Amino acid sequence: MTWVLANLQLIGSRTVSHLLLAVPAIVLSFVLALPLGWIANRFRWSRATLLSAAGLLYAIPSLPLFVVLPTILGFGVRDRLNVIVALTLYGIALMVRSAADALASVGAPVVLSSTALGYSAASRFFQVELPLAGPVLLAGLRVVAVSTISLVTVSSLLGVDNLGLLFVDGFQRGILAEVLTGIVATVLLALIVDGLLVLLGRLLMPWTAVRR
Amino acid sequence: MIRFEDVSKSYPDGTEAVRGFTLEAPTGCTTVLVGSSGCGKTTLLRMVNRMVDPTSGIVWIDDENVAEVPPVPLRRRIGYVMQNAGLLPHRLVIDNIATVPLLNGVPKAEAHRRASELMELVGLEPRMGKRYPDQLSGGQQQRVGVARGLAADPNILLMDEPFGAVDPLVRADLQAELLRIQRELHKTILFVTHDIAEALALGDQIVILAKGARIAQTGTPQEVVAEPADSFVADFLGLGRGSLDLHLRETPTGTLVLDAHGRPAGRLVGESRTDATA
Amino acid sequence: MNYFTQALAWIADPENLHGDGGLLARSWEQIWYTLLAVLVASVIAIPLGYLVGHTGRGRGLVVATSGAARALPTLGVVTLVGLIFGIGLFAPMVALVLLAVPSVLAGAYAGVEAIDPRTKDAARSMGMSEWQVLTKVEIPLGLPLLIGGLRSATLQVVATATLAAYVGAGGLGRFLFLGLKTQDYPQMLAAALLVMVIALILEGAYELAERQAAQRLRTH
Repeated sequence: MTWVLANLQLIGSRTVSHLLLAVPAIVLSFVLALPLGWIANRFRWSRATLLSAAGLLYAIPSLPLFVVLPTILGFGVRDRLNVIVALTLYGIALMVRSAADALASVGAPVVLSSTALGYSAASRFFQVELPLAGPVLLAGLRVVAVSTISLVTVSSLLGVDNLGLLFVDGFQRGILAEVLTGIVATVLLALIVDGLLVLLGRLLMPWTAVRR
Repeated sequence: MIRFEDVSKSYPDGTEAVRGFTLEAPTGCTTVLVGSSGCGKTTLLRMVNRMVDPTSGIVWIDDENVAEVPPVPLRRRIGYVMQNAGLLPHRLVIDNIATVPLLNGVPKAEAHRRASELMELVGLEPRMGKRYPDQLSGGQQQRVGVARGLAADPNILLMDEPFGAVDPLVRADLQAELLRIQRELHKTILFVTHDIAEALALGDQIVILAKGARIAQTGTPQEVVAEPADSFVADFLGLGRGSLDLHLRETPTGTLVLDAHGRPAGRLVGESRTDATA
Repeated sequence: MNYFTQALAWIADPENLHGDGGLLARSWEQIWYTLLAVLVASVIAIPLGYLVGHTGRGRGLVVATSGAARALPTLGVVTLVGLIFGIGLFAPMVALVLLAVPSVLAGAYAGVEAIDPRTKDAARSMGMSEWQVLTKVEIPLGLPLLIGGLRSATLQVVATATLAAYVGAGGLGRFLFLGLKTQDYPQMLAAALLVMVIALILEGAYELAERQAAQRLRTH
């Protein structure tokens, strides 16, 4: 506790850098996975291909990806963009399956009846299928958010500033309190973001909260 | 008027859902297509709003070949009511009813005003409008489905087993309600069911279908019951097992009608009873 | 010459391949770390998952704890346990088990929970005891989802097991950290490629197991 109180400012700034890495990656992976999930769902051939590609992507250890990616994309190993791109790739790998499942979860009768009412294909997607896929999409997004926030810490092995530096520094200098603080702060951050997503879901999808 | 002219539908795997079907459903009348599941009745219904396009033949609405009308605008001027109502679970009831007017660009306030009128017409309390479909009972949801089908004031209403998923008491209610609404609005209704009693209760014209949408008999309910065209129709009506050989038995509460096996089939009304409509 | 061909050349070099600290030995370590972690996680999570799935009790608690466990940064756990119990295999094993438990647990209880309640009622109405309902109905029917849970746990663990080397244990992570220190990117890439190959092999094994399970369900 004394360590925490003595280093509040450090913890604060590490938390902010942590969020600056995680949030763009979470948003990007959601936005990019959605069309991929749609494709996986729309064309029979693409589903297995996309989902196994996503599975393989997830099997790449994060540390070498953080290191090798810059050599492909041309920015420095400690560049924040590098970390965001790598995290986004992992996020997409997780999210594609959720997005495909979410869109598949929309019941055939509802799709049929909205077609019969005279929705065009595009307006049916945005006004009926996407909102109804919302709960499953949200569940997937929550997993992506939590695991991304946890995964950010690995990039601290390269010296990128985030809460993970508390582990590396604490381990090297033998300060147990520092490592523990890093863990607790990361978990708390993940749970807070998760809670905010749940709230956002209630706000955007009021119909899921009501039951007879 | 809806007219099917020598319409067929076959699928790539070789199954023939409909073969050479011809029928006219007159304007302002209720035409009921009745048959067992898989006889092609739903396929016929969906040809009218182009959810299914026939392999050959023409479907006419008045003097218009539906194949020449783009499907989306066509569907917006034809009401459609389906089993389990097919409501959008993420929209309030009032917005569900207003769906088609809103799609047609009617201002929201105007669409809601019209939706409120329709809720009254189908017997839903105004406060139901602010609920989600999942908060309603099956019968109420079905009423919402009917109101939604009527929202754009279509001339034609397609109803695909709309009351198939509710319990018998509620179904009778909904049928009575539909008859009342139809007396008021005189829509051209094409109604699909597998329940012959429902067909007899609602239809001005009954079309009994065999497999492949072959017409076994067409006629008014009276004609169909009085003179079944063949043994298939008689079986379908339940006439084949002698159950329509009826006789009467006097009881303290009135006159009971019994079938050939002595099972009660109904009650005689109109003579001693004063409140036959109650 | 790009890093990729350099990495392949590095793998092909017999000097790197054999010996105590060679690629083959490290790959083997990577595999058994993974299998051990998933095995220990299964021993903990499968009975617990069945208990929750069968009784329906404690579901909220399990979901919440799994969520929190997913948030646990593996590197943090590795360093924390490493500081307390010293360097070696114990610290990374604790972290990897913690990583694997949520997926296995979810697979076990979701598999049981997803079964149509009418099926379970039918089993009870035929006179099956609760134990028989579990072993004859719920476990066989839930098998595909359980295997799915084991599969995703294994996939996560096999990639993350590279962190074990950070606290002095073995595995392919050795080459990653060595390469990071000496800026030897081909060596890092080589190790990463091998991890992916191992992941692919394990995935293939699971694919076969899933098909077997699905087939058994159909023929029974």
